[in-house]
Amino acid sequence: MIEVENLTKQYGTARGINDISFKVEKGEVLGFLGPNGAGKTTTMRILTCFFPPTSGKARVAGYDVFEDSLEVRKRIGYLPENVPLYTDMPVIKYLEFVGRIKGVSGKDIKKKVQEVMDDCCIADVSKKFIKDLSKGYRQRVGLAQALINDPEVLILDEPTIGLDPRQIIDIRQLIKNLAGRRTVILSTHILPEVSMICQRVIIINEGRVIAVDTPDNLTRKIQGSAQITLIVRGPQEEVAQKLGVVSGVSSIMRKTSSGDNVHTYLVDAMKNADIRKDLAATIVNNKWDLLEMRPVSMSLEDIFIKLVTEERTAH
Amino acid sequence: MKNVYLVFKKELRSYFLSPIAYVVITIFLILGGYFFYNIFASFSMVSFEATQNPVLAKQYNLLNVTESVVRPLFGNMSIIMLLMMPMLTMRLLSEEKKSGTIELLLTYPVKDIEIILGKFFAAVVIFSVMIALTFPCFILLSVLGQPEWGVIISGYVGLLLMGTAFIAFGLCASSFTENQIIAAAVSFGGLLVFYMMGYSVNFAGPKLGGVLSYISFMPHLYNFAKGVVDTADIVFYLNFAAFCLFLTMRTLESKRWR
Repeated sequence: MIEVENLTKQYGTARGINDISFKVEKGEVLGFLGPNGAGKTTTMRILTCFFPPTSGKARVAGYDVFEDSLEVRKRIGYLPENVPLYTDMPVIKYLEFVGRIKGVSGKDIKKKVQEVMDDCCIADVSKKFIKDLSKGYRQRVGLAQALINDPEVLILDEPTIGLDPRQIIDIRQLIKNLAGRRTVILSTHILPEVSMICQRVIIINEGRVIAVDTPDNLTRKIQGSAQITLIVRGPQEEVAQKLGVVSGVSSIMRKTSSGDNVHTYLVDAMKNADIRKDLAATIVNNKWDLLEMRPVSMSLEDIFIKLVTEERTAH
Repeated sequence: MKNVYLVFKKELRSYFLSPIAYVVITIFLILGGYFFYNIFASFSMVSFEATQNPVLAKQYNLLNVTESVVRPLFGNMSIIMLLMMPMLTMRLLSEEKKSGTIELLLTYPVKDIEIILGKFFAAVVIFSVMIALTFPCFILLSVLGQPEWGVIISGYVGLLLMGTAFIAFGLCASSFTENQIIAAAVSFGGLLVFYMMGYSVNFAGPKLGGVLSYISFMPHLYNFAKGVVDTADIVFYLNFAAFCLFLTMRTLESKRWR
């Protein structure tokens, strides 16, 4: 759906982005992750035809963003970071204007506006002027204007910034509901958000892509091997010894014990080995009680910091 | 064409909501009415004196209501326009730049020229309403005297054309900057230069002088106010407007490659 090849954008002598390439499949939700100033907004502005790249190609739905800019623009919905809306217009008039200009026909417009207002939960403020709305409502009006022409591609620049927790949950839910029907690219620097909504993540730093993968794969890759925490009721020595010889286990560490013969262990697995089934079988066969088995996952924060710092030391 | 209309409608709405349109039109009418009163009062004083003074009565020009009321009134209105028009046009593009709404507007499937024309026509309509509302002055005049309607109509045509050129120039100034004050200052200064260009004709050489007097706003309007509708004058104003709109388009476009 979206293909980006060797995209570079220079502002004067400063580089905005440098040789970025990626692809997004239809129906996918892609997270764009990076510290402030990494080039997220620049990439999005190129994809939305706000300005062309210095070099490289970008195609949306098969159309080049420079050659067939109008065709691309018909197929995207864009929510810029600071949500610039015409504040001197009432919500409903604003949405009608945007809808018409994005090609919704005159006889469908009323229905369409009602639909997006319901989807974004802004029907109750439809008559209010945008300048009188709170930040959360404005954000939703921004989302509504992006959605009004049923775009194939949605490009959202930090859609949850500046909202209260309740509103963040609402907006995330809304974006999740859109996935599948539409291709979504969203940028953020809030990491849990990415693991919650996105199927794939691109991490960029200083204008260059440093990782592209699913949130899970990223976690696994960075960790090198999987770690599992086990809590078992049974004799500590014997448990540790028997589990240590299960195939795929590289090491086992005894951790705390909480009395009553209940002990916690930290098991390291070899790379790419799923040892959970064998561990469980061994415990059950020996008639111990398996109280808890939990993979120790590295949070996206850890991955992110690690990648970005690795990147820095590499240069 | 549809997009031009949509932008036009949106722009017109914000003129009245903001409420720039009401303020600018009201002030224009107050000033226009004040000038009309003074010109007409001095004309009636002169006519009254002429009844006592046979020498004065022979001065045909002074006693002609078209010559001594209608024509100066159009001249005065053009000067008020010079002051008021930049306020009508200064926000057209610079406000969009400042508030960032241009980012959304330029990513909608609209051509740049459609945006520019929509905004241009919205300002032209506000302006037309503004000068149309001065019409009661002439009705009053025709009740009290016998002005020539041909001259009044050609004067309005001249004002309309000149206003169109003013608006195009203001729109262009507004596309240069995101600061409305700068846009207003540039368009006021620029328009004043073009308005007063004729002053330096006498000192410039014959060739340059000819060019200067042609690109000056005043002589062209003067023809219309005399009742002369010359295609050269019409073409001048329309060309001026078209050239400014063309520059505006290029400025907007440059945002894409700069």
